[in-house]
Amino acid sequence: MKYMLMAYVDEAGWPKMTKAEQEQGVAAYMAYGEALTKAGVLVGSNRLQPTSTATTVRAANGKSQVLDGPYVDSKEQLGGYFLIDVADLDAAISWAARCPAAGHGAVEVRPIWGMQA
Amino acid sequence: MTYPEFDARAHSTADAVARRSYGKLVAFLAARTRDVVAAEDALSEAFASALADWPRNGCPSNPEAWLLTVARRKAIDMARGRRRHEIAGEQLRVMAEGLEAAAAESEIPDQRLALMFACAHPAIDAGIRAPLILQAVLGLDAAMIASAFLTSPAAMGKRLVRAKDKIRQAGIPFRIPEREELPVRLDTVLAAIYAAFTEGWTDPGGTDVVRRDLTEESFFLARLAAELLPEEPEALGLLALMLHAEARRRARRSEDGEYVPLAEQDPALWDLQMIDEAEALLLRASGLGVIGRYQLEGALQSAHIHRCRAGHSNWVQVVRFYDALFALAGSPVVAINRALAIAEVHGASAALAAMPDVAADVRLAEYQPYWAARAELLTKTGAHEEARHSYEIAIGLERNPAVRRFLQKRLSALAL
Repeated sequence: MKYMLMAYVDEAGWPKMTKAEQEQGVAAYMAYGEALTKAGVLVGSNRLQPTSTATTVRAANGKSQVLDGPYVDSKEQLGGYFLIDVADLDAAISWAARCPAAGHGAVEVRPIWGMQA
Repeated sequence: MTYPEFDARAHSTADAVARRSYGKLVAFLAARTRDVVAAEDALSEAFASALADWPRNGCPSNPEAWLLTVARRKAIDMARGRRRHEIAGEQLRVMAEGLEAAAAESEIPDQRLALMFACAHPAIDAGIRAPLILQAVLGLDAAMIASAFLTSPAAMGKRLVRAKDKIRQAGIPFRIPEREELPVRLDTVLAAIYAAFTEGWTDPGGTDVVRRDLTEESFFLARLAAELLPEEPEALGLLALMLHAEARRRARRSEDGEYVPLAEQDPALWDLQMIDEAEALLLRASGLGVIGRYQLEGALQSAHIHRCRAGHSNWVQVVRFYDALFALAGSPVVAINRALAIAEVHGASAALAAMPDVAADVRLAEYQPYWAARAELLTKTGAHEEARHSYEIAIGLERNPAVRRFLQKRLSALAL
């Protein structure tokens, strides 16, 4: 089954980190991605630009409304995702637990809407 | 045989299979697809087919295998109908594979424990885990589960469906967890088995067939857990606790059906074989070195029995057990029983002070044992007016007629 692991972290923390800390952080995510690839479960992944770059669009009654900012304002923001293909929820949970974001934020695990849904 | 005789035999065979193997069939049907709803639907259609076919053609020699084959065919038909617009090929292939696997098996493998672990998965809302196990493994209907868990049948039905959808859509696996996560995961499974047992236990006369079966089924589940997980002390503790309670079933009602409290029971009516088995289990559990809620409750039952048999007080020890239990699982129910034990050591006033506060937990206002315990303690302190009031509330809340009559007798003794 395919699952999306969504990494929610406090994006305000990133600019406050030293260059060495940032490098270490990136390295941890690289290593995680590498581990997913080696295990043959990674379908795709991306890191997102901060929510200050976000634009939210709605089309109500045929009129589109464009707003500056993310859909939800929260303490932790969606910072990236890993799309994985594993046997079941337990396997997805164990990968989510290894994601660096689980340590400094939270990882939401959601099954992809496929033939099982 | 005449047609009605065939019919009666078909019905009784179907009933017996339903009682014996319902959960086993659901577990097996759902294990690969994780679709509990489809498994239940297919199985209920298979039972309907059996009741049409068996009176005409005779009962099959292996009714479980017959039901399984029909249920699987129904499941495939239903999946085709329901998911025409989706890519159902993979699902159908998995089912067809399972069909072949089932045909190759002479005995249906027992995956009930795996089903229970799926129902009690941490990704399932904690409040619905026990009801879900009762329905999926024992086949209880939503209305009966709702009454046991004090909610409306409609709300319970909705929550059950939502939980089953989550198992399927989120891909919750049917398997026994690995060693390191087992104790935590086991806890929720045991809680559900115990809930099933206490539901069956409210009928000491054993006249209500559904409840008697529930006791048998919950014993089956508890034995299964203890047998498959022999190194888990709490699984042993739960079985011991249930055996201790069950051993006194006959003594809990007089010949004319009146409720008999523990202190007035005739130990000759206790089932010594069950008590011995319970004691042996507790001993084995204590050797495994991890104490827990069920072992403590089992030890308490054991202490009560020893007091009644030997005739000398062990209330100080009982209070100590309740202290430990309260520290581990500080529920109002434990607090009430602890207060009653404190009364035996320190008197009724100390016990009243130890009772949980109804203002702090509104559910107590509708909990019969709270009011009965209060009434008893108030009687002992001489506060008869307040005691009378508490007895009246307890009587009004009780649904078992024998217990109600017992409480009414206490109340009228007070009036004299």
